Amino acid sequence: MRRTSIHKAQKSKTPWRYAFYVLVALLLGILFSYRTYRSASAQQPAPTPSDNQVNQIAHQLYCPVCANTPLDVCPTDACRQWRDLIRQQLSQGWTETQIKQYFVQQYGVRVLAEPPQTGFDWLIYVLPPVIILIGAFILFRALRMWTKPAPAGGGDGGEGNAAKDEYVARLEEELQKRN
Amino acid sequence: MVADFGYGVITVAFVVALYSVGAAIYGERTKSARWVESARRAMLLLWPLITLSAASLIYLLITNHFEVSFVYEVTSREMPTYLKITAWWGGQAGSLVFWSWLMSAFASLVTLRKWDRDREFLPWVIVVTSITTAFFLGLVVFYENPFAYYWSGPDHNLIVDALGNPIISMFAPAAGASIYIPQDGNGLNPLLRHPGMIIHPPMLYLGFVSFVIPFAFAIAALITGRTDDRWIRITRRWTLWAWLFLSCGLVLGSRWAYDVLGWGGFWGWDPVEIAALMPWLTGTAFLHSVMIQEKRGLLKQWNMLLIILTYSLVIFGTFLTRSGVLSSVHAFAQSAIGPVFFVFIGVTFITSVALLIYRWPDLRGETEMKSMLSREALFLLNNLFFISVLVVCFWGVVFPLISQLFTGQTVTVGPPFYQTAVAPLFAALMLLMGVAPLSAWGHSSLRTLGRAVWKSAVAALVVTAILFFTYTNNPIALTGFFLVALVLLVTFQEFWRAASARMRAQHENVFSALWRLVGRDRRRYGGYVIHISMMLMAIGILGINLFQVQTQGTVPVNDSLSLSGYTVKYDSVAQFPGPDGRQVTRAVVSVYQGNNYLGDLYPRIDYYPSDQQNMTIPGERSTLKDDLYIILVDWQPTAANGATFKIFVNPLVNWLWIGAIIFLFGIIIAAWPEREAEAVRARARRVPQADRKQPGVAD
Amino acid sequence: MTEGTSSTPRRGVRLWVQLIIWVSLVGMLVIVAIELNRSQQGQVARGDRISNFTMPLFSGFELNGQNQFNLADYRGKVVMINFWASWCKPCEQEAADMEQAWQFYKDDGRVVFIGADYVDTEPEARAYLAKFSITYPNGPDLGTRVSQLFRIKGVPETYFIDPQGILQYAQIGPFSSVDEIKSIINPLLK
Repeated sequence: MRRTSIHKAQKSKTPWRYAFYVLVALLLGILFSYRTYRSASAQQPAPTPSDNQVNQIAHQLYCPVCANTPLDVCPTDACRQWRDLIRQQLSQGWTETQIKQYFVQQYGVRVLAEPPQTGFDWLIYVLPPVIILIGAFILFRALRMWTKPAPAGGGDGGEGNAAKDEYVARLEEELQKRN
Repeated sequence: MVADFGYGVITVAFVVALYSVGAAIYGERTKSARWVESARRAMLLLWPLITLSAASLIYLLITNHFEVSFVYEVTSREMPTYLKITAWWGGQAGSLVFWSWLMSAFASLVTLRKWDRDREFLPWVIVVTSITTAFFLGLVVFYENPFAYYWSGPDHNLIVDALGNPIISMFAPAAGASIYIPQDGNGLNPLLRHPGMIIHPPMLYLGFVSFVIPFAFAIAALITGRTDDRWIRITRRWTLWAWLFLSCGLVLGSRWAYDVLGWGGFWGWDPVEIAALMPWLTGTAFLHSVMIQEKRGLLKQWNMLLIILTYSLVIFGTFLTRSGVLSSVHAFAQSAIGPVFFVFIGVTFITSVALLIYRWPDLRGETEMKSMLSREALFLLNNLFFISVLVVCFWGVVFPLISQLFTGQTVTVGPPFYQTAVAPLFAALMLLMGVAPLSAWGHSSLRTLGRAVWKSAVAALVVTAILFFTYTNNPIALTGFFLVALVLLVTFQEFWRAASARMRAQHENVFSALWRLVGRDRRRYGGYVIHISMMLMAIGILGINLFQVQTQGTVPVNDSLSLSGYTVKYDSVAQFPGPDGRQVTRAVVSVYQGNNYLGDLYPRIDYYPSDQQNMTIPGERSTLKDDLYIILVDWQPTAANGATFKIFVNPLVNWLWIGAIIFLFGIIIAAWPEREAEAVRARARRVPQADRKQPGVAD
Repeated sequence: MTEGTSSTPRRGVRLWVQLIIWVSLVGMLVIVAIELNRSQQGQVARGDRISNFTMPLFSGFELNGQNQFNLADYRGKVVMINFWASWCKPCEQEAADMEQAWQFYKDDGRVVFIGADYVDTEPEARAYLAKFSITYPNGPDLGTRVSQLFRIKGVPETYFIDPQGILQYAQIGPFSSVDEIKSIINPLLK
């Protein structure tokens, strides 16, 4: 199909424009749904502490004694006592933060399901993104290097020989594969 | 006597394994085929020997020989026979024998293939597999001996050490000591007495052990300097099976956790769960990137690194579970094998990495990548994201240790951390799953990709919009569903395009077109089926993670709790002794939706007096739309106080299990053996198909 | 690969990259090794010096009017620390014996009994103390700091420190009788 060079220049912009529109549409969609979602989920807590309210806080804590068991799930007597303690504190008007702080003070920071974002434990949140970004950087460097066009053939004898040797090596490998 | 025989045989096996390693190395160094053959025969001898030992152990288990410490620890008289057999892997010592048994079986299988083209690999494959087998056998012989007896002194009292623990050994610890025979055994941990729990460890071990074979070939390739992809082609099917077993093990473990542990979920981000997930992540990355090496000769160094990582993570995961470094519901009891494991990991990992660095320049790629959007580049992106998930998991598992070291306080890294970190990475992987099948090997541009994907993308957007108006406005869920729809549509489109081309060219109907199509390129279309199954599983995971609702309440008899349109009425409760000595408290609840009676459910609490352990078994009602999941939390004998129930509604979760079954089909398709002649004939009469292929590249 | 006429240098992994790889690898192994070693360590053993620590005490269970227990203040006395919890069934077996032993030693002046309540809730702890009429000083092991110092593996565990601050005896599990307790403390008083 013949095209004039002008048309070709214009056509080559089109896929990018499409991609741009799609991306904008997606972002708008996400923002819109985010706003409607947030407004729906703001609710008032019930006045008396129900099992669900206790569980909601207990879910963010781990049993101090059993291994790796969240507090809302743990079936032992001790855990039942801790859940009753949470219920009592809720009925006294303690906030979630206060309750969690109390548990940390009593039983150590390992009782939280997530390390706090302060002090040394800040490292757990920072390191993965850093390492992933480093990995992405290495990847793009490698891709850039690999997609560089090959140097023009000929040149001096040394370069030509290098290419020939590489070619010979590849040929040998292919033969070995087939054999 | 049987125990002595079992221990003797496994000690012989250990010596034979060491001999096999030595003979293989000696034979390779002196280029003596006789010594290498001797090493091979020695390695073949291992499996029969370990089978004899395992048979002895099983015999002891089912005949109640409680004087053998392992039998005492994991069985009891009241257990049914099939459970006594599966108790073989229900404890540390027995499971090490099981590991060795599987390892020797697979090593033997691999040596029974034709070696004509790859004679130089043989000694090193023997060395690696035999060293691994020898290591596990050594653990059994020296540290965790399942055949050791209890002893009593002349006063007929059990001989104990300073801390009050019984001394166990094969031979009399003191003069005049005699074997002590307890009346009954301890019994298997109640958590393990469940069909799901029976098959989950063997599946995981099968997966772990199978990954040793590609690793062995990779090391052989590194040592011999065979820098081509021969080692990958040989072990291609092993890798696939290893991946299958590991995936099944993970899914089975999840299903068991969901059905039996009774906390309403299937994956708790427990460190030991993650320890099994990590080799799966590198294994999946490896599965994809070896395709790049086969098609384009690139990434040889990276593939080596991936398989080394997979093997090391397998051993590391086994180490984490058994050494007591991490506390976990899964972990075996504290044991002295931790340090030995650690040394083994250190030595193997350092040696492998050193070998790789030594061979690094020889593994340079053959061709170059033409475009950043070619399939190779997208596969590389896929690898980046899988390794990123690995980094998150590894860091989360190791961080409590680091925190303990530097601050003296340990922390818990729980689900919120992992979920937030891993979700965007998996979303990116799903996006890649939707785009990569449309890109071509070697060359793709934004325009060609855009042209290929825009129809599916728009259709996926439409689906998402429909869901927005009818189901949810949660942005994360909508993004997830968009990606699921995109991948499903793109994959179906791929099937359809190729099938319709066949139908036109060969005048076949749609079914035989699909059948021939899949038969012609099993790996690609098996892979597509696996992608489809993964998306079904993603639907389940999105449903339960984002839309799960729960409620808990205490109700007297005949009163009810409501959740999400369901009404659960407490009818009655009964207590009765169950089989194998447990005490069962079972509640009967009836379920209604509006005014429709849906049926009865029976959540229960099983109490095991010997272990003083409770198991809460939920009552479940499963439909495609959701799961109604009821746990009996507590129960008071007086009618006024009633019972406490915790109710979950888990939307869409059954798609997870459906996806898992389809996943099995996908793997079977992908791994189905292809006869060489058929492949050649297929290439000879190549049907013009819609996909572009690089000329001259082997399929 | 052929050498000699080739002008492409045989480039291995660059030195600084190798350095990073090896350092991080060894570093990770070292960290795991240290933690492995720590997890393999048992409780504090006989002959270990116990470093100073402080522990708050429940009101009504003070020691000499102080509501904080400071180990350094009691150098020169025999100190017995008993780790317990209200949810711990075996602890109840020895509770009465403990109190009886305290009654025997409290007027002596050279012996201090301290109860450390491990990972517990105050109402239940007080109920437990009342149930066994315990009067010797007791307090919560806040943040599990003290139990981590002793590296306890469970409750009940009881540790005896001599007047020089050295651990002399560790009892894992409940005591079976008052005499057993006395047989450990008496030699330390000499």
